[in-house]
Amino acid sequence: MQSGLFWFLATLAILSALGVVVQRNPIHCLLSLVVTLLTIGVLFIAEGALVVGFLQIIVYAGAIMVLFLFVIWLLNLPLESGPAGPIALKFLGSVAAAALVAETLVFVLPPSLQVKLTVPPPGYGSIDALAEKLFSEYLVAFEVTSVLLLAAVVGAVALARRMPALSAEGRAAPAQAAAQTERA
Amino acid sequence: MIPLTHMMALSSAIFAIGVAGMLIRRNILIMFMSIELMLNAVNLSFIALGTELGSMEGQAIVFFAMTVAAAEAAVGLAIIIASFRNRETVHADDLTMLRW
Repeated sequence: MQSGLFWFLATLAILSALGVVVQRNPIHCLLSLVVTLLTIGVLFIAEGALVVGFLQIIVYAGAIMVLFLFVIWLLNLPLESGPAGPIALKFLGSVAAAALVAETLVFVLPPSLQVKLTVPPPGYGSIDALAEKLFSEYLVAFEVTSVLLLAAVVGAVALARRMPALSAEGRAAPAQAAAQTERA
Repeated sequence: MIPLTHMMALSSAIFAIGVAGMLIRRNILIMFMSIELMLNAVNLSFIALGTELGSMEGQAIVFFAMTVAAAEAAVGLAIIIASFRNRETVHADDLTMLRW
């Protein structure tokens, strides 16, 4: 890939990732996140991971982000006003993140990063090669993944469902406790 | 070809931004988005290293990471909805009781 394209994508990814963190409106944060995920997907494709790159764009930037969007709409959030939390916390968080970058950069600088360079075999990143891996070496993990997804779907429905009896009870309990303490 | 160092540096930068979002923001939805950022940064380094080594292992792992992220997003967002319904807040500092 042209290195100019890499720099463009890298800049876009970092700027939009910063957008996720610094913007106030959750919808704007989410749209920044979609841009980050799309650029990462394009980088996957540029690296030769064709199938995973398209999956990233369709599943991640498409489906999962739409789920986030619907949840934000469903919650009907009030706009955050004013700085959330103490300034010292933000400062410390930024310093910690910068330290983390410095630390990881030490490991990825050329002298310390030793990998065996090989030319990717023909068919690298194709759906054939991926499917061969998934259905031979990672077959058990693949099957367990389907159980995981099923459990997640059932769990999500169970959690997000409105439970009138339970929630009424949950709200009534603290009120009763307060009344009892008042009486005492 | 992109040098591996560049990809790893980009991945570490995105990961650190995710960490910063986790530390700085108190909106639980945005903390959740920061987790997604971190997951994707790690996926990026998996793909870069897999290409460098010419093996498909990295892509298989990214595939599984994506599936787990989807499950995590579904359950996590359901928890956020359930807690918002009872507490009317998405501010992490207000969600201290771990019960609903």
